[in-house]
Amino acid sequence: MRLARRLAIVFWAAAAALTSASCMREERGFRVSPPPSGRVQTVRLTDFQPGPAQPPEVTQNAYEENAYAVSEGKRLYEQMNCVGCHFHGGGGIGPALMDAHWIYGSDPSQIFSTIVQGRPNGMPSFRNKLNDDEVWKIAAYVRSLSGQVAKDVAPSRSDDMSGPPPESATEKKPPVKSGGIPKSAEMPK
Amino acid sequence: MPSQSALSPAGPQAGRIISLWWMMFYVTGAVFLIVMAFLMAALVRRRRPYGGAAADVPDVRPEPSGERRMSHVVLTGVALTVVILFVFLVRSYVTGRALDSLHEQDHLTVKVVGHQWWWEVSYDNATAAYTVTTANEIHIPVGRPVLFKLSSTDVIHSFWVPNLHGKTDLVPGHENVTWLKADREGVYRGQCAEFCGHQHAHMAFTVVVEPYEKFKAWYDAQLAAAQEPSTESQKQGRQVFLSSPCVMCHTVRGTDAGSRVGPDLTHVASRGTLAAGTLENTRGHLAGWVVDSQQIKPGNRMPPNNLEPADLQALLDYLQSLK
Amino acid sequence: MPGRKEDDRAERAASLEAARTDIEALRAYAAGVDAARTDDLLADDIADEHERRALAKTWGDGPGFWGWLASTNHKTVGRRFIYTAFGFFILAGILAVLMRVQLARPESRFLNPDLYNQIFTMHGTTMMFLFAVPVMEAVAVYVLPLMLGARNIAFPRLNAFSYWVYLFGGVMLWVAFVLNVGPDAGWFSYVPLSGPEYGAGKRVDFWAQMITFTEVSALCVATEIITTFFKMRAPGMSLNRVPVYCWSVLVMAFMVFFAMPTIAWASACLMMDRLIGTHFFNPAEGGDPILWQHLFWFFGHPEVYIIFIPGTGFVSTILSTFSRRPIFGYTALVLALVSTGFIGFGLWVHHMFATGLPRMGESFFTGATIMIAIPAGVQIFCWIATLWGGRPVFKSPMMFVLGFFFIFVIGGMTGVMQGAVPVDLQVHDTYFVVAHFHYVLIGGAVFPLFGAFHYWFPKVTGRLLSEKLGHATFWVMFVGFNLTFFPMHILGLRGMPRRVYTYQPNLGWGDLNMLASAGGVLLTLGVLLFIVNALRSLRAGALAGDNPWGAATLEWATSSPPPAYNFLRPPTVDSRDTLWTQPADQPVVIGLRSDVREVLVTRALDAEPDLKTEFPDSSIWPLLAALATTAMFIGTIFTPWALPVGMLPVFVTLTGWFWPKKKRLAEERPPEEVKEKHGERWLKLQEQES
Repeated sequence: MRLARRLAIVFWAAAAALTSASCMREERGFRVSPPPSGRVQTVRLTDFQPGPAQPPEVTQNAYEENAYAVSEGKRLYEQMNCVGCHFHGGGGIGPALMDAHWIYGSDPSQIFSTIVQGRPNGMPSFRNKLNDDEVWKIAAYVRSLSGQVAKDVAPSRSDDMSGPPPESATEKKPPVKSGGIPKSAEMPK
Repeated sequence: MPSQSALSPAGPQAGRIISLWWMMFYVTGAVFLIVMAFLMAALVRRRRPYGGAAADVPDVRPEPSGERRMSHVVLTGVALTVVILFVFLVRSYVTGRALDSLHEQDHLTVKVVGHQWWWEVSYDNATAAYTVTTANEIHIPVGRPVLFKLSSTDVIHSFWVPNLHGKTDLVPGHENVTWLKADREGVYRGQCAEFCGHQHAHMAFTVVVEPYEKFKAWYDAQLAAAQEPSTESQKQGRQVFLSSPCVMCHTVRGTDAGSRVGPDLTHVASRGTLAAGTLENTRGHLAGWVVDSQQIKPGNRMPPNNLEPADLQALLDYLQSLK
Repeated sequence: MPGRKEDDRAERAASLEAARTDIEALRAYAAGVDAARTDDLLADDIADEHERRALAKTWGDGPGFWGWLASTNHKTVGRRFIYTAFGFFILAGILAVLMRVQLARPESRFLNPDLYNQIFTMHGTTMMFLFAVPVMEAVAVYVLPLMLGARNIAFPRLNAFSYWVYLFGGVMLWVAFVLNVGPDAGWFSYVPLSGPEYGAGKRVDFWAQMITFTEVSALCVATEIITTFFKMRAPGMSLNRVPVYCWSVLVMAFMVFFAMPTIAWASACLMMDRLIGTHFFNPAEGGDPILWQHLFWFFGHPEVYIIFIPGTGFVSTILSTFSRRPIFGYTALVLALVSTGFIGFGLWVHHMFATGLPRMGESFFTGATIMIAIPAGVQIFCWIATLWGGRPVFKSPMMFVLGFFFIFVIGGMTGVMQGAVPVDLQVHDTYFVVAHFHYVLIGGAVFPLFGAFHYWFPKVTGRLLSEKLGHATFWVMFVGFNLTFFPMHILGLRGMPRRVYTYQPNLGWGDLNMLASAGGVLLTLGVLLFIVNALRSLRAGALAGDNPWGAATLEWATSSPPPAYNFLRPPTVDSRDTLWTQPADQPVVIGLRSDVREVLVTRALDAEPDLKTEFPDSSIWPLLAALATTAMFIGTIFTPWALPVGMLPVFVTLTGWFWPKKKRLAEERPPEEVKEKHGERWLKLQEQES
């Protein structure tokens, strides 16, 4: 019976440890402050720089750690008509998002500014049309398309016609800086 | 507040159901009382003093004649049960048939699409131009059966107006139909009855039952495109609407706003409630909803909007002009 | 509780001492009469004691922590099972209190919708999967072998395994909940809300995997129960002499057998949809969300009877004991149980009347639903007849059974109402249904279960519960229950849907909800009273003796608490109410070896001795196998590769489990005199060696 008591202590200690470690992965944040958009202003869009080369800054998008936010990103990706050009990641009118090539950078803040500012040859600017929070969610989802987001965070298949494999089943592809605008990203003639 | 109760029917279907229920209530109530009476009688019949020795010698071989008598009573009870249940079955079947017997050649068809967490309502018409689309508020003429076609774009919801009829589910991939008919004018509240996520509790709608002329007038008003802004402030409000995230989700017919992600706002000011029956449609509620809907309905799909005070006022002016 | 154990030891020593003094006195008295005969008597007693020790050594758990972990004794496992299930009951009860606090007032901000959804899902899931079914199995695991006169449950290692798997599954779910990964799609997890698109993260996966755990556990226990029932009965206990309770758990076990695979398969499909993108429930690819509902309710409705049927078994047992007469209409009761088991599988669609199925088909299920009231009615009438023809004693177990009548009959009546499609369309998914199934499940299962707790507590612990506190527990629970759930009928009719985290003030539901919440406080208090009573009685309750209630079934023929081997000499049976009718020289089974776990297997119908077989020893392998299984199951939440890889350790542990042991050497037979003591009527087992 002393043993039982000892077990009980272990149990409660474990429970306390677990509670304190309660994970953010599943938090349903309804009123969250998104990652600071201010960082976006400092993003470099080119590796070309005076002086010795410096490693690029890396921004953290907290939403990439949160399954609910990424799934919201996926919903917005559909509803805000990103699918209209990029389809379900495979691209068509716009460049593919599930491959490893990133024309304007793979960093979350670079994706953020791509969405907000728009890019030449067809990517519209969503400034004032989406608030920062939504853009960060979409950015998180976009990175999950090429497996940049942990598999237990990335969304699974949709209740749609089956397309590419679910984001959660996508192998991580190390981002490659794309040399130029791929065929698929050119303005339709 | 509009009524939401199965106990005060406003149509033939809810009426039939509740009368079936009352019949069952009285019969089962009587059965319950009889069973309890037998139970009490059995308990007091040969009751021994409280706390009597538990090791009392059991009555191992009860008297056969008494056993036979009891088995007759039990058999009678079972037979009565069967009879009562059969009556219930027949009555239930007859009522069920009657519920489904509402048909009319020249009926109104309303399409209801469930969304997390609001109702898209459109009135079917062979001519697209005569199709009315609104949200969370259904007007129907009194005394006429109306066909509802129910579907869902996301998860399963359930369409339920307790004063008019039982519920029918909205299942993705299926189209369910139900008929409603209201005999009494009035405003009845309906609510989603199938658990559908965070805001299942705040997914209501109203059914306005009105005389045909009034309904027709409402319908014609709904057909029209949005009212042009008449004041400076309203004009500015429309500008705010079109240049802010609002335009990404909502439709205001007659403007460039044409997205169908959220409710159609063409005649939002004519509706009685906001946020799917959550708030009364007042200027203050509207302002609160636009600025921080997550405070009111946590988890809903409407993002917070950080508008300048002047822009917000203008936007409210504009939205309130959309009669 | 070290004190208690020592007390017990001291008591046992004292009683032994007393017996010895008696014997010596007898010997002294008889010395003058027939010295030789007294020596025989003494030799018998010494032989008995020798036998007891040998059996205790053979059947008992090993020493220390290791022995504790390796136990395969049905009483040890059963007790653990009951305590664990009761623990989950308390946890789920706490969640219920939280929900009642939230709903006491309109638009309350006590819980946010996300937390509320997790809480009501956890409440339902825990109550159904981690409390109700397991506790019914647990009581059966403890009581059934005793009631049938067996030394252990069939497949004792499987029994230990099923407990561990259940424990690990339940703990996994609750750890997930504490980590904010608690399932939030309801205990029914309807797709698409629980599907890959709308159920973000791993929340629903933990739910679905918990199903796998509890189903594996339940199926194992069902196997044990069915085998024990058919093959381990005391000689002479032909099928028409089996206590009604044993019949009820047999029906439960068969229902588990046919219902659980459905949900296990459905939840596997759900996990595959979510993890590897299959399309079982995706309407765009030919799947169907309605398919989930069919599968779920094909399990979900029998589940209700799986919980309720053992409850009726408790009622029959307690009623017969405290009416001081045999149960009235034994055959009718057993047939009612069996037919409930069959009909229970034919009415799952009444959970789906609103989904738009064809009306004619629905009428069939109305018929089936209403029909199930017939066997229920038969049972109620037979029980009342039992009371009528008996002389009821109002002990606390009996009070719970009487409370059961009141509550369950109301629940049955509202159930019949909902069988009618039109009424169901109105009240489906409203608080009317919430009221109904709490009346049926708390009335039909929890009240009898508490009755059973009060009834068998002395057998399990050797001490009586306080009658005064027992009655208080009953009244507080009874009043609290009705206060909580009766107003919900009205709320439902007045339009309040289920599973809402709040409601608006102007709908007029506030007062009744407040009343329900107040009743909830009382109900909680009742459960607390029971816990207080149990803890107090464990330390200071009056000693129970073998048969404190003067009951008729075999579990009362051994000491309280029963020794590890249950019966010094397994009993035989020649009537339905054995202990009431058997002659003083009722034969017993002898000739079973006491140095190995030898048991007698009897024939399925007439329970004639069939063969002797040896049960496996205690073993740590079931625990290891359960751990390996747990690792595999939890792994599959995250990657499909956990399945093939996780199979390996499972395979290894199962190999260890089934590794053939070395042949044992036979020990001496018990002294011949012991056999002779029982005269001509003892069962000559040694002539039927297998």
